Amino acid sequence: MTQSPVLSVTDLVVEIPTRRGVLRPVDSVSFDIAAGEVLGVVGESGAGKSMTGSAVIGLIDPPGRIASGEVRLNGARIDNLRPSEMRRIRGKRIGMVFQDPMASLNPLLTVGDQLEETIQVHLGLRRAEARKRAIAALEEVGIPAADRRIDSYPHEFSGGMRQRVVIALALAAEPEMVIADEPTTALDVSVQAQIVALLRRLCRERGAAVMLITHDMGVIAETADRVAVMYAGRVVEIGPVREVVGAPSHPYSVGLMGATPSTSGDAASERLKQIPGAMPRLLSIPSGCAFHPRCPRAFDTCDREAPPLLRSGSSLAACWLCSPDHQHLVQSATLPEAIE
Amino acid sequence: MTAGPRPALVRADHLGRVFDVSKPWLNRVLEGEDRKLLHAVTDVSFEIAPNEVYALVGESGSGKSTIGKMIVGLLQPTAGDIAIGESPRTGRSTRLQMIFQSPFASMNPRWRVRDIIAETIADPSIDRGARAGELLEKVGLSAEDAEKFPHEFSGGQRQRIAVARALAADPDFIVCDEPTSALDVSVQAQVLNLMRDLQEELALSYLFISHDLAVVRYMADRIGVLYLGRLVEDAPRDALFAEPLHPYTRMLLEAAPRLDAFGREAPPPQGEIPDPIDPPSGCAFHPRCPLANRRCKTEAPRTLALENRCVACHAVEEGRSA
Ligand SMILES: Nc1ncnc2c1ncn2[C@@H]1O[C@H](COP(=O)(O)OP(=O)(O)OP(=O)(O)O)[C@@H](O)[C@H]1O
Ligand SMILES: Nc1ncnc2c1ncn2[C@@H]1O[C@H](COP(=O)(O)OP(=O)(O)OP(=O)(O)O)[C@@H](O)[C@H]1O
Ligand code: SF4
Ligand SMILES: [Mg+2]
Ligand SMILES: [Mg+2]
Repeated sequence: MTQSPVLSVTDLVVEIPTRRGVLRPVDSVSFDIAAGEVLGVVGESGAGKSMTGSAVIGLIDPPGRIASGEVRLNGARIDNLRPSEMRRIRGKRIGMVFQDPMASLNPLLTVGDQLEETIQVHLGLRRAEARKRAIAALEEVGIPAADRRIDSYPHEFSGGMRQRVVIALALAAEPEMVIADEPTTALDVSVQAQIVALLRRLCRERGAAVMLITHDMGVIAETADRVAVMYAGRVVEIGPVREVVGAPSHPYSVGLMGATPSTSGDAASERLKQIPGAMPRLLSIPSGCAFHPRCPRAFDTCDREAPPLLRSGSSLAACWLCSPDHQHLVQSATLPEAIE
Repeated sequence: MTAGPRPALVRADHLGRVFDVSKPWLNRVLEGEDRKLLHAVTDVSFEIAPNEVYALVGESGSGKSTIGKMIVGLLQPTAGDIAIGESPRTGRSTRLQMIFQSPFASMNPRWRVRDIIAETIADPSIDRGARAGELLEKVGLSAEDAEKFPHEFSGGQRQRIAVARALAADPDFIVCDEPTSALDVSVQAQVLNLMRDLQEELALSYLFISHDLAVVRYMADRIGVLYLGRLVEDAPRDALFAEPLHPYTRMLLEAAPRLDAFGREAPPPQGEIPDPIDPPSGCAFHPRCPLANRRCKTEAPRTLALENRCVACHAVEEGRSA
């Protein structure tokens, strides 16, 4: 029996009208996240990762808007709700963790005030009860002496501790899902490991679905169950982490993994693979497969037609090389080398 | 730290830097506060040989940038010495350059790229425009880019311009302070490969500063690990990764996310970096160290010189590993 997903995004398109034309930072994006599952979203700067997250929680700055597609939370559409309804979903049913913890914290209120308010509003508890819950929440995320630290202001915490507080806040109302956008990018390696472990443990214990956005391939490899790779606003590959990171299908995913230096393996002095060029600007996205000008394996179909997501092992990849019609092309292209 | 077979190009000898972070005098008097001193760098010694890449790795606030700035003379040490040797390539004194993390901050936005690059050319007999074009091609841009302004380039391209500018001074030695940490992985790979190629081709030496162990592993011949301003371990790259000796180095290696460790659930490291104004007594790492004992809490470990590497840890000295 397959469980229905907590979050289901279908053919999502985000558009931003500008004087020079309509930009599409998110283009026909689809994915599901099940309860207790971590979906990692990777891709280089400008790929549309944050914009996808913002679209899910209804936080796209006008004039940007969701132009088409659907977002469903446990089966019910949330992309067409009124702003006031959406506000109630954020914080209560969807928790959020951003790169800058101060984006989620009010510098003028104590940590306790903020946690207690969230708990009171969303769980309908009384003050004294809410305070107890808030202390328990801080203990759970590993704040030492939580019963004293609860009356401190955000600036009295270190960066890592602040991010713990934000996680406590994001989970306080027992949300069905959590969106974490680069939650550890500003933190030191040792603290990053703590925060990632914490996020994963808490979400698993509570069966929350997690969308983890990051450009750090290592964090994704260790944390995600499934991975979506984004390029120029589209999902170009999606599948189980072992496949997408360990044996990627799409040439862009292959390039990303090959360009990432590693602390393990014996490849210390092996040269990093380069992907030539850079992510295209939104106003000049190449025709056909948007990756074709940078792709080492592009062939004649690639600049004419955009590839749909095609099956490749247990993953889906938007690359013509994965199309059965092109399998003969792939083989004949590699055959001469093989014979040599 | 030990004298190598070849004379060092750059030698840091018991280097230290203290910052006075006290409030102004009047405030201190009124609020009855003491002077506050921040020991950003304490007793750091290392040597960099000609044609060698020496990396300093450590978490934020460990003193990496402060050391880099002292080496190139942007900041005065408050203790110790820096000895800059003679360049074996030219016979004259070693020329130093520096590349920063955010190339934009170090470029005048109103200058053309040609002038930004040519600024460091010392020799008046050189045709500056031609040289700038030549260097742009060397770093993978085109000579025509010399006429453009910095804002017309992407982050990776600007970092290439910063490399070209450093090369214009015909340096022997470049301090690279987190040169790729603002870049995407694919662009980072381009810049790191470029820097490695140039290092080989021009027989350069680098002091390569980074918080990213994977990047350091890719670039360095030798690595120094900093914790709260002190060098806790110094070893050749392969030795450091194969057999890290200092408990902090081990913790860093253990915590670094790995591409091949799917679903790894190693217990994360303990604690956070302490306040540098009020560092722990004894070995500064002791509150987070799984091997700490009574001696670690009171006595700062001395630097133990082993064959081709150094480490400052009581547990290593005492032969304790648990
Ligand atoms: N208000 C806006 N107006 C125009 N373009 C925008 C706006 N906000 C974002 N964009 C563009 O949308 C694209 C996607 O941006 P997004 O922030 O989602 O990228 P990202 O994948 O999160 O990148 P990063 O890793 O840098 O955070 C980018 O090309 C960005 O320049
Ligand atoms: N000009 C200054 N005045 C006062 N304190 C300073 C100054 N410059 C650096 N420090 C302090 O010295 C310590 C070392 O700083 P430094 O910038 O060298 O660290 P770093 O290892 O380069 O860190 P990061 O990875 O964050 O760049 C820090 O605690 C920092 O706050
Ligand atoms: S579709 Fe073509 S251009 Fe795009 S990634 Fe695949 S091979 Fe490369
Ligand atoms: Mg983003
Ligand atoms: Mg620094």
